[in-house]
Amino acid sequence: MQPPDAFRHIPRVAPAFTFVLSPALAPTALPPAPDYGPIALSPKRASFADLVMPVHWSQELHALLRQQNVRQVSFVPDAGHTALIRLCEADGGMRAVRLTTEEEGVALAVGAWLGGDKSVLLMQSSGVGNCINMLSMLSVCQIPLTMLVTMRGDWAEFNPWQVPMGHAAQAVLEEMGVLVNRADREEDILPLAEGALRISYNTLRPTAVLIGQRLLGAKTFDQ
Amino acid sequence: MATAANTTPKLERRAVVRTLLAERGTLLVIAGLGAPAWDATEAGDHPLNFPLWGGMGGAAAMGLGLALAQPDRRVLVLTGDGELLMGMGSLATIGVQRPHNLSVVVLDNEHYGETGMQPSHTKFGIDLAASAKACGFAAASVVTSMQQVTALRDDIHRAAGPLFAQVKIAADKLALVLPPRDGTHLKNRFREALLGPDAHFRR
Repeated sequence: MQPPDAFRHIPRVAPAFTFVLSPALAPTALPPAPDYGPIALSPKRASFADLVMPVHWSQELHALLRQQNVRQVSFVPDAGHTALIRLCEADGGMRAVRLTTEEEGVALAVGAWLGGDKSVLLMQSSGVGNCINMLSMLSVCQIPLTMLVTMRGDWAEFNPWQVPMGHAAQAVLEEMGVLVNRADREEDILPLAEGALRISYNTLRPTAVLIGQRLLGAKTFDQ
Repeated sequence: MATAANTTPKLERRAVVRTLLAERGTLLVIAGLGAPAWDATEAGDHPLNFPLWGGMGGAAAMGLGLALAQPDRRVLVLTGDGELLMGMGSLATIGVQRPHNLSVVVLDNEHYGETGMQPSHTKFGIDLAASAKACGFAAASVVTSMQQVTALRDDIHRAAGPLFAQVKIAADKLALVLPPRDGTHLKNRFREALLGPDAHFRR
């Protein structure tokens, strides 16, 4: 007996055709903001609990994913993606898939695409290293995937163990055939994410947007 | 460790896979790299087979993505012990999502067949079925008889999953039966067979 699965009843809606990359979405198009509790963004001295993207970035990204008909959002939880993860988990039209390691998200994306679903992988720069071999499949099979990567080790980093992979993330992705853009200004995040999604699904390639650590605030471990 | 699974004669892998894929109907199949891909191809190459030639460790997670995208279709991941061991974490990922339409079947010959027949962790007693059960699979078993394989085939089509089976097979190296290795072709033929000719025009 098949228990009911709420996910299957969400109708698949084809997004409307648009001619150009849209500017930042109008505030009226955004979903209502859930109550996340107090969130402070203080790049100079952030406590661990403050390390989330401002709510409006996450709302815009979530709305973008909806507009682009992304159905499966996979992640190894990262502080920078906290709000976006919550939005995707709360969205009945998406499946938020919690991974044990980031490369599962790449394999998941292959399966999703075979089944007709778009997917996006959220991770921290340290997770890029875990993905390397699995990324081969995206090039060989011409399967699209957009990766949103929150950076460590590139600005005011406290933890030396984060620096090597942060430093290598872009080169590693590019060596594996991923088209990479960096967002180092807040106003670049949404346009670059939209561009990455469009290139990915139009040209059947993997893409990544690296979101600079300076935009997220650095963990200072209260030092 | 002398258990029933270790002392029982092992099953012949091609007979196992032919039985699992008998009357496959609308089943979607992902075959892990190496011998499972040859076995699936020997049973009959099919557009709704996606035989892997790489991405070791990714077969189960790939099956999850496919199962979530196609909740009304049954999905079978047919893979080897070495390949599954490389992606053990995906058992937990699957267990959290609990897709009812997914089955993961491991053809366990206790060796890495493509790299020189070195023993794998299951040769030393590692219990994949118990791992899957602990990770939240609805059912997980060690399979040692063809009767059980026949029942497993029915479960793959009908039972509420996610299901896991560790089928103990002989470590014989059999003749290669190679599927296509052009990944783009494999992807396209799968999508066309599943989503129709419209597949390439979807937005």
